Formats: sequence, C-alpha cells, structure tokens
Amino acid sequence: MPETVTATADFAAAPISLWRRGMNSFATFAAAVSVILVLLPLGAVFGYLVYKGIGSINWAFLTQTPKPVGEAGGGMANAIAGSAFILLIASVIGVPIGIGAGIYLAEYGRNQLGNIIRFTADVLNGVPSIVIGIVAYGIVVLSQGHFSALAGGVALAIMMIPTITRTTEEMLLLVPNAVREAAYGLGVSRWRTTLSITLRTATSGVITGVMLAFARVAGETAPLLFTAFGNQYWNWKINQPTAALSLQIFTYAISPFDEWHRQAWAGALILIVLIVVAVSAVRLVAGRGMLKGAN
Amino acid sequence: MGVGIKVDKLNAWFGKTQALYDITMDAPANHATAIIGPSGCGKSTFVRCLNRMHETVPDARAAGRVQIGELDVYNGTSAVQIRRRIGMVFQKPNPFPTMSIYDNVAAGLKLNGFHDHKRLDEIVERSLKLSALWDEVKDSLRKKSGASLSGGQQQRLCIARALAVEPQVLLMDEPCSALDPISTGKIEELIFQLKEKFTIVIVTHNMQQASRVAEFTGFFLLGKLIELDKTEKIFTTPSDKRTEDYITGRFG
Repeated sequence: MPETVTATADFAAAPISLWRRGMNSFATFAAAVSVILVLLPLGAVFGYLVYKGIGSINWAFLTQTPKPVGEAGGGMANAIAGSAFILLIASVIGVPIGIGAGIYLAEYGRNQLGNIIRFTADVLNGVPSIVIGIVAYGIVVLSQGHFSALAGGVALAIMMIPTITRTTEEMLLLVPNAVREAAYGLGVSRWRTTLSITLRTATSGVITGVMLAFARVAGETAPLLFTAFGNQYWNWKINQPTAALSLQIFTYAISPFDEWHRQAWAGALILIVLIVVAVSAVRLVAGRGMLKGAN
Repeated sequence: MGVGIKVDKLNAWFGKTQALYDITMDAPANHATAIIGPSGCGKSTFVRCLNRMHETVPDARAAGRVQIGELDVYNGTSAVQIRRRIGMVFQKPNPFPTMSIYDNVAAGLKLNGFHDHKRLDEIVERSLKLSALWDEVKDSLRKKSGASLSGGQQQRLCIARALAVEPQVLLMDEPCSALDPISTGKIEELIFQLKEKFTIVIVTHNMQQASRVAEFTGFFLLGKLIELDKTEKIFTTPSDKRTEDYITGRFG
C-alpha cells in the first residue's frame, strides 16, 4: 500500500510541534519535582536528627548504661543491644511464619481458605500497633506473670507477619509458571520445586519484603510499652524486661531534663543509622553470589 | 536406548471441556514422531499427557492407557517417577534464572538428591556435548547464569538439562517456535543425532520441520488424531481428506 508508506514518511518528517515539546518538558519537570518532594521529608528528618543528636554521641553513649538523673554522661548501650535482641526474637518468629504463609497463598491458596488468609493479613496490617501490644500482653505477659523480651518480640513478630506474607506471595507469583514446569518436567516433586526453584528465583524480592517489615517494626514503641517494658540495666535473658531504643527515646523525650532530651535525639539518630546499616548489610550479603546475567 | 510409546484410548479434559478424544497411537523406539495440526487441536495437551504434566494444570485430568516401554504411565507409578524417565523440552526456553549453566544441567539430579560431584561433572559435560552446547559454554559453566545465554543457546541448555537425567523418551513441545532459523537448524540437527539414543515425540507448527526430522507424523484436528503414518506418506498421499486440506494450506 504505497499511500500508507508516503503518509508515514510525511508524518516522520514533520517537525515536532511546540505544544508536544512543551508537554514533554513539563512532564519531565513534574516527575523531577515529585522525586524531590518524596526525598525532601526523608532528608529533612535525617538532617535535623544529625543536627540535634550528633553532639551527644560519643563512646560512653554507645557503651554505657543510663546514669541516674542529675549525673552527667551515661548512654544507651543496653537499649541498643535490647532493640537488637527483641528484633532478633521477632525475626526468628515472624520471618518463617510470614514466608510460609506467603508460600501457601502463592502456590496452594487459590481457594476459599486462601482468600480468608489474604483478607486476614490485610486487616492485621491495618491494626494499630498499640492493639497488637495489648494482644502480646494478654498472650505472653499475663501468662508468664512478668514483662519480657519475648513478649516484645512476639508483638513485633505479629506486626511483621502480614507484610512478609503478602510480599512473599506477590514475589512468588511473579516467577513465571514456565520455571515451575521446567522443574516438574525433570521429575522434581512439588514441595522441592517450591523451595529450591520458585522461592530461590524470588529470593531478592522476598528479602526486600522481609527488610521492609523489619525496618517498619524496628522503630515501633507502642507495642513494646507493656511487653518489653524497658530496663535501665543490661539484660540478655529472654524472660526479663528489656530496654529498647524506641522505649528509651520515648522515656527521655517526655522527661523534664535537658540532658535526657539531648540523649533522646542521639538515640533516634542511632536508631535510624542502625536500621539503614542492617537493611544494607542484608542486601549486600543476599546480593553476593548472584550470577552474571541473573535477574 | 529409547523405548516405544503405546497410547490407547487417551482422553483429556480441562474442567468440563474435553481436549482429547480417544487417541490411540504408537511411537516406535529410537525414531522421531512429529505431531502437527492447527492451533488448539490438542497437540500440546497430548504430549503433556504422556509425562503427566497435563494434570499440573488446575482442574485438568486425563484418562486412558499410556505405555512407555514397560512403564504404565497412568497406573501404579507416581507422576514424579514418570517424569524422571521422560525428558521434556518446552516451547519457550525456560532455564532456571538464578542458576549457573552447570547447575541448570545438574538440576534434575541434584534436586532429586544426587550429589556425587565427580559423576555430576561427567554428566554435565556429556549432556552439554550431546546438546551441542559444550564448546560455547565450557569456559563459563559456573560463572554465567543460564538466563544470560541467547535464546537458541538457552533452548539447547534446556535440552541438555532434560538429557542429564537420562530419560528414555524426549518430548519436545514446539522447541523451535521461539528461535531464529540458524538456531532452529542446530536443534534439528541435534534431534537427528539424539534419535540414536532416545525416542522423540515433537510437536511442531512447521510442516517442513516435521518432514525434515521425523519418520512418522500424526495429524491432530479438534482433539482427535486424524491419521498417523510415515511422514512421506502424510505429506504426499495422505489417506484423509482433512489432512490433505491442512497440509496444502486450505485451512489452519
């Protein structure tokens, strides 16, 4: 059809109108502004934390426990360690359950039970964190008779599970069915295919989900108030009340003492830095051993 | 050595829709049998019934008798056991994206619990040589991902992966439809050599391909096997009018 060919040639040769070029520049500009608007709050928060907190960070702050009111110095070492301890407990409980539930939803959950679990996970994701704290209080603290690191870990684990479940499900569903079929065709059983092929193919996405959940609960205060409770001293026992950075920040921030306010700012800065370090470290370790050309 | 395939009154369904009607045919050992027919006629469903891949689709089922050598496919043996004896190559190359070339080939054995490294090395080398890929990848076996290869190389990698578990039968579901003519030529050459060791059933949309690689050709239409005969006869003097219409391009 020669007419069409000529028409296309004309069309291609025609100069691009001012309107289109203007729209193009405008769209690019709007996208750039949006990026800045997204990054601005993050930058502002971090900048302000550095400004307020960096002055109080020193060796003592990172290695000592709090001093009584009126005495200068002291630090949040026990709270840093306590946070890490509680998060470890939460991850040990929450990550396997979350990933397991995600696997069920993606590989077996095309049914009524799957829909119920999906709905439940979404609702659980929206439950206020203080309510989850009360649940952990009811389950762990009341039955044990005292506050504990375990209770805090359980509360945070309950918060991690829905996020991990839903992202794991989505990441597994992104794995093309052809990859599963390739494994079935080799005579690999279904559970083996799920664990060694499907989950492995989706690893980087699943890790992203886990780290999102981790970062989200790392700064939670409300669910720890009456579970981990806080502690002015070192604690490594799973059954004892434990300090946490977020709790310590809360206590110090509402106190009437200037020295404590300064330490609260420093604690907040440390908390953010530790979350960034933890997330980056996991990404780095998980990214190592990736092959050239693999996605 | 390959073994013959005997199919007797095979029916298959997707939910309530019947996809195959009373298929009865033989594919002789150490020969290639091509399956041709228009899209949606049940060719793929048919080969997927031979190694019980059909039933991995939700609501799909099959009934009938399939005999691969001594193995009764639908009676007494688990689907997983069946698939270990029958290799399958799919339409689109589907290497495991996170695995190296070596691990892709060794996957079938490793995932089924075989971890003798010396034997694995030998099997990987032999399989890649059989699939004519060895020379192109031998220097980057463990360094490169299977997904980093070109489409034609990926398909030969998938053939090597299927051969590594030492099947007796190789099922190929349109193995060249996503490949360029040069890669297609390489794979056809390969099919010729593989016949010495395996029995091959190949689904194809390309009638020239059927006539090049297969001794026998079966024509499917609307879920029924219209006729199965020597490839030469199908393409020169088919006994059914519908086969003639299809191969002369009157429909399909």
